[in-house]
Amino acid sequence: MTTSVSAALTEAEVDILRRDFPALQQEVNGHPLAYLDSSATSQKPTAVLDAERDFYEHANAAVHRGAHTLAVTATELFENARANVAAFVGADADELVWTSNATEALNLVAYSMSNASLDRAADPRVRLGAGDEIVVTEMEHHANLVPWQGLAARTGATLRYIPLADDGSLRMDAAAAVVGRHTRILAFSHVSNVLGAVTPVSDLVALARSVGAITVLDAVQSVPHLPVDVKALGVDFAAFSGHKMLGPLGIGALYGRRELLEALPPFLTGGSMITTVTMETAGYLPPPQRFEAGTQRIAQVIGLSAAVDYLRAVGMERVEAREAELGQALVEGLAAIPGIRLIGPTADARRVGLASFVVDGVHSHDVGQYLDELGIAVRVGHHCAQPLHRRFGIAATTRASCALYTTTEEIERFLDGMRGVRAFFGADREVVSR
Amino acid sequence: MSGLGALYQDLILDHSRQRHGESEPKSADASSHEINTSCGDELTVRVHLAADGQTVESISWNGDGCAISQASVSMLHDLTPGLPPAELFARIDAFREMMRSRGSVEGDPEVLGDAVALAGASKYVARVKCAMLGWVALENALKQLSTTSS
Repeated sequence: MTTSVSAALTEAEVDILRRDFPALQQEVNGHPLAYLDSSATSQKPTAVLDAERDFYEHANAAVHRGAHTLAVTATELFENARANVAAFVGADADELVWTSNATEALNLVAYSMSNASLDRAADPRVRLGAGDEIVVTEMEHHANLVPWQGLAARTGATLRYIPLADDGSLRMDAAAAVVGRHTRILAFSHVSNVLGAVTPVSDLVALARSVGAITVLDAVQSVPHLPVDVKALGVDFAAFSGHKMLGPLGIGALYGRRELLEALPPFLTGGSMITTVTMETAGYLPPPQRFEAGTQRIAQVIGLSAAVDYLRAVGMERVEAREAELGQALVEGLAAIPGIRLIGPTADARRVGLASFVVDGVHSHDVGQYLDELGIAVRVGHHCAQPLHRRFGIAATTRASCALYTTTEEIERFLDGMRGVRAFFGADREVVSR
Repeated sequence: MSGLGALYQDLILDHSRQRHGESEPKSADASSHEINTSCGDELTVRVHLAADGQTVESISWNGDGCAISQASVSMLHDLTPGLPPAELFARIDAFREMMRSRGSVEGDPEVLGDAVALAGASKYVARVKCAMLGWVALENALKQLSTTSS
């Protein structure tokens, strides 16, 4: 864990770096866009857009094949990008597998283990069967829940979960009872996409190690917002998406500890991942190529590498410190408005710039519509985390989420908007009739 | 806020707060439960037939949703008493046509009652599903009725 002592990005610095993001320069419904939906997808700086365009204009070719100059250049750019993105999260280049997004990365682990479980000769560490247990948490995004449900169903393993406390924190007391000698996989989020709080990774990793379980970290909401070092965290696998960290859509990555990646059979098969193929059988390349079948997303990989350069130049410690301030401003501002209930930890929890809440008497869809009219973009609904919402007895929340380009003025405009929502819908004067 | 005013007309806000036909779950001649998968909203609509077995005496419903979905099913409730299923199918089709028109079809108050106020919502593509939720639930419940009676 990095304990941040760096100074937060200043408002003046944010004002300057915002100029790098063309999408932030527009008006929506007659107001300057206040984009508070970065946890769904971030906006992209010109450097990322240029990197993709530059590749298509000067180096477009398939990688790992062909002897011509463009193919060699493309391969070099592709593998340099892998090393760059891997280093950004503290991994070695050969431990980073390209996927289309974090969802595919998590499915890769689940389906590769599923395939291993069908093969008696496969490494026992990645095989599951009846009597084995997979443990997740009650806060998980569907992407880190549904693949494990499927793996359990296909292998006969049992899926269990660590429950949430009323304040949205993980019940670590219960975790010690749920994770036991039958636990083979412990999959959890680094930062919940609804709660915004940072999970105590070291405690969960220690628990998993004490029973020999594999840890899988959904880092999709942490990598864009705070320094992440997968080796320092000690997790076995970690998944993240490029489009949430200023990078292009359609590219994500899986980090896997080398010896475990080597133990895993492939998920997707086809070209570029094989050694020798006969009409009957095929041999597979070592990781990471083993998991990268088909023509790769080269332009997106190069764009993601440019995004990593951008984030590194700003400094992730400074981003984290800035977002902690914005998160606190969101939490405190919302708490001061009557009829709003924040979901998740409030006091002093280490958090990113994100807050989800319910508005008494007004549905989140209507809140989102009202804010959109003011040029403010937020997310509404269940945010792909239905069990979490059910845990709090609600179907939907409104979520405001920040990135390094979010200004204090945008937060203030959002809070101003929130002060008017209940009056507009008549929720401040009437008792809801039943 | 002219855009918002057109979407959330007073009539819609009134129906969303004074909801007609909302009730606890109870026995019915047919019912259907619908989910808006994009937001998780849920609605159950129940059909209660008149003694003649040929016309709808009333509908009742329960569920959780936005102002648009709640107002829409409340308005639907007011339309239904005394109508045979065939007539209700026609009105549901008329409502669907209006909601899919992106603001180009106004809707006939004789056919749709207060629900013509939702014509403004048809310009908001993301909200069409909200408005349709109760109507689709009624349509599916009525279909069950015709299956069981035939």
